Amino acid sequence: MGNYVGKSMKRVEDPRFIQGQGRYVANLKIYGMTHAAIKRSPYPHAKINSIDTAAAEALDGVIAVFTGKDLADSGVNPIPCGFTPPDIKLPPHHALAIDRVRHVGDGVAVVIAESAYIAYDALDLIEVDYEPLPAVVDAKAAAQPGAPQVHDEVPNNVSFTWAIGDEAAVNAALAACDHVVELDLINQRLIPNAMEPRAAAAQWDSAMEQMTVWTSSQNPHTIRLLLSAFTLGIPEHKLRVISPDVGGGFGSKIFHYAEEVIVPWAARKIGRPVKWVATRSESHMTDAHGRDHVTHCKLGMSQDGIFQALHIENYANMGAYLSLFAPMIPTALYHTLMAGLYKTPVIYGVTYGTMTNTTPVDAYRGAGRPEASYVLERLIDIASRDLNMDPIEMRRKNFIQPDEFPYQTPVALIYDSGNYDAVFDTAVEMADYSAMRAEQAAARAAGKLVGVGVSGCIEASGAGPSAAVVSLGAAIGLYESGAIRVHPTGKVTVLTGAHSHGQGHETSLAQIVGDELGIPISDIEVIHGDTERLPYGVGTYASRSMAVGGGALVMSAQKIRDKITRIAAHQLEAAVEDMVYDRTTGTVHVKGAPDKAKAFGEIAFAVTLANNLPAGMEPALEETSYFDPPNFTFPNSAHIAKVEVDKDSGEVTLLDYVAVDDVGNIINPLLVEGQIVGGVAQGVGQALWEHGAYDAEGQLLSGTFMDYAMPRADGFPQIRVGRTVTPSPSNPLGVKGAGEMGTIAGTVTVVNAVMDALAPLGVRHLDMPLTAEKIKAAIAAANGGSN
Amino acid sequence: MYPPKFDYLRADSAANALELLAANPDAKVMAGGHSLIPAMNLRLADPGTIIDIGRVADFKFLSANDGYVGIGSGTTHAEVAASSDVPSALSEAAGLIGDPQVRNRGTVGGNIAHADPASDLPTVLVALDATISTVSGSGTRMIKAGDFFVDLFETALNDGELVAEISMNQDGANTGSAYAKLSNPASRYAMVGAAARVTVEGGVFTAVSVAVGGLTPKAQAAPSVGAALVGQAATADNIAAAAAAVQNDLGDDVMGDIHASADYRRQMATVFVKRALTKATERAG
Repeated sequence: MGNYVGKSMKRVEDPRFIQGQGRYVANLKIYGMTHAAIKRSPYPHAKINSIDTAAAEALDGVIAVFTGKDLADSGVNPIPCGFTPPDIKLPPHHALAIDRVRHVGDGVAVVIAESAYIAYDALDLIEVDYEPLPAVVDAKAAAQPGAPQVHDEVPNNVSFTWAIGDEAAVNAALAACDHVVELDLINQRLIPNAMEPRAAAAQWDSAMEQMTVWTSSQNPHTIRLLLSAFTLGIPEHKLRVISPDVGGGFGSKIFHYAEEVIVPWAARKIGRPVKWVATRSESHMTDAHGRDHVTHCKLGMSQDGIFQALHIENYANMGAYLSLFAPMIPTALYHTLMAGLYKTPVIYGVTYGTMTNTTPVDAYRGAGRPEASYVLERLIDIASRDLNMDPIEMRRKNFIQPDEFPYQTPVALIYDSGNYDAVFDTAVEMADYSAMRAEQAAARAAGKLVGVGVSGCIEASGAGPSAAVVSLGAAIGLYESGAIRVHPTGKVTVLTGAHSHGQGHETSLAQIVGDELGIPISDIEVIHGDTERLPYGVGTYASRSMAVGGGALVMSAQKIRDKITRIAAHQLEAAVEDMVYDRTTGTVHVKGAPDKAKAFGEIAFAVTLANNLPAGMEPALEETSYFDPPNFTFPNSAHIAKVEVDKDSGEVTLLDYVAVDDVGNIINPLLVEGQIVGGVAQGVGQALWEHGAYDAEGQLLSGTFMDYAMPRADGFPQIRVGRTVTPSPSNPLGVKGAGEMGTIAGTVTVVNAVMDALAPLGVRHLDMPLTAEKIKAAIAAANGGSN
Repeated sequence: MYPPKFDYLRADSAANALELLAANPDAKVMAGGHSLIPAMNLRLADPGTIIDIGRVADFKFLSANDGYVGIGSGTTHAEVAASSDVPSALSEAAGLIGDPQVRNRGTVGGNIAHADPASDLPTVLVALDATISTVSGSGTRMIKAGDFFVDLFETALNDGELVAEISMNQDGANTGSAYAKLSNPASRYAMVGAAARVTVEGGVFTAVSVAVGGLTPKAQAAPSVGAALVGQAATADNIAAAAAAVQNDLGDDVMGDIHASADYRRQMATVFVKRALTKATERAG
């Protein structure tokens, strides 16, 4: 046990955030800086006949106005897609639309002005002659004959078809099953809404021919690569990308956005720095949305509830363009999770990725895995009711057992470790499940609609083995870098390719390094988010920072310890194998002779003097490592929720929520609990409130917080968090991802609870969000149409 | 969020506010700014000139006298929510507006002058039969709440006229009032709001006043509910039966949106009138 790992420690970054001293892109002030605003399409689909920018250009304080044609004429390339399964149809995605707009919010021109106010005034002076075209919104409707075509390059709007499993075998197994549950469901579109809106700024240094781009991003190195190799063509060694403090991402800040192309291009063009900060309305229109699936699914089982086969047919809405990782989400991160916690022997799944006149859809907290868990856990919930079996008992009957790991699922993945019964035992005990059921029975007898919902979810987190993800179609490897630089005074700079945008890495990674080297964390500074300061890094998403980024730092720490040990042995004239590195004190001593010792700081200074090092040793105490994990990690959960539905109004009240998660070893329980609680809130938000809604013509109806319902604290009881620990063999720390389990489980647990409340009325399924009106209508229908 | 350019004038007294308004007839008057500023930021409003009356001391008071309470138009929602002098329905409704930041800046006068149909206070003021006093260059006027709200975002205020005070009877002996609402899950504005004040003497309703809002272009009284209830015993069954009478008072102008259809809101009028009546009746005891 070290001094730090496993302990709940408050975040070292918090004092600056809670005192308003965070440094976000919006805070950036550069001498001569100008401000950009983007003219956006009010139409979901229209031909651009002409754009008249003269009046805007004439406005006092406007420096320039540029259109999509200006960018294309100067050689700016379309924004690429970074996940391309075979036979994918790739429509071009221009940073500014050239001759056609394809969703509300599609950019058509950019104004650069002396102030943001002037820039926005000028937007109103740009005249765009649009010729409206018919639009398509729904993922499945887009693939039907006669649907409006979003791109000439994508016939029938189907960009790709991705399948896994043996469909004939699954159909045969289903035909032989005692019982098959069949369900149509919609996993509705969500709008991520990080607290900090996206922002980008850029400065061109003409003397050095060097571009610096600041962007509110989860992965600055990836953005540098894409700006260099694809969109702007600026040589990578002349391009610095900085993601300073970033106020949340939830996946939506992974992708290469149009403004990251427009802003540096314009900065170079006008020879002055440019900054753009999204308004909240722009965030709603242009941040990649999440989910949006239309799914038909079947689960077959024996009469005693043993799962035999699963069949999934899914339409995934890609929106108007293919965002960076969009095709990966409803395919490699979705169908591969359909085994869940269970030993279903045969599984088939197919996803059609369709183009529509809506904002592009991409990874959003959980990214494919919440959608997968939603399908599976809804099916099981209905099955348990059909077979009159307790939903937990049915799940337990089908669990993969602890001695069966590593477990090869029928959908490609090999699960690393787990003990699902233990997770459920803990949840059942914390929730006092039998008492909960007894209370429910009493409430029902009193005429109340009370429901108990359970779920057991799995996640593939800590992406991932590079070879595996690249073979699936990803255009980047998913290793991570971690460097440790020991200064002459023994202070330490830690450089990580992971990126913290709310996770607290400046604390958790310091805890890891502090324990690995035996030094106080007050001697450690964690640096992230700057391509010029760091070794090449991949970034933070898919709950990968501790598992992969932490692993790289463990490797570097090992190298540092080895070198310190060799120097100490040399100076103490002892054999290296006789040395002991004490990781609680940061000292190295000769075995059996604790006073024959060298402290960490002494060695650090000795390295600088370089006059008494082992022969041939380089005088440096700095190590860089790259960790490419052998497998994903597979966190898993048992969540239990209790709800009451108001019979008169249909309103749902969440009465109790127990979240038990096995995320492997834990670096900082406080931060993990925060991740779980926040994740559950986000998951419940989808179940009950959130909906990125379009009308049939393609207008965004939930364009502001007046109409997009975020979860709020008053909608929740105290979320009770518990855990079991099954270490992962996939990384040196034994950790599993903790960032997404809450979201994955929260949604389906609460939907299952509401459906349990309505079960006595014969209600089988309602699509999310479970609004009061929807529930009231179901109650009325069950009562023969009367209220 | 970047509003269009505007001039900003701050009034230091009621008289000064009227002078500024007379000199700038197209100006928009602002108190807390919680409706106006978002509309400007979204470029839905471009007033050119703003006259800020948010610091006018003449409009900031809350005093009870002789069973009557007067609230200055510049009183914040937070002050109303915390007051034990105002009827329970009013403090309850004020406490449900927005969040603490909104309640600490938003004012009662600004709220009712804006006349948002989804706002909470108009419904309560109609149920409480409140009187709205105004000032203008031509003197003062007293307008009944039921006459003040004219239509969607439209009041009986004339150009150059400001809300000065809102006054009403306190909840007296054997009297209770309450507000219940079905909130829009996003904005928390009322999709259906119901306010009730009842007097119960000897176990029998002797006075009942009910209003609904949120679902119609303006807050409106529901006299059918009171008519059905006065003279009846204060029982849950009687309340439930009388609440349904609100349907007689709703016309064909019930509104719907993505959060709740008109039909559902109409149904919920009965449910929330029942809730308001039930709570008001408990408080009357």
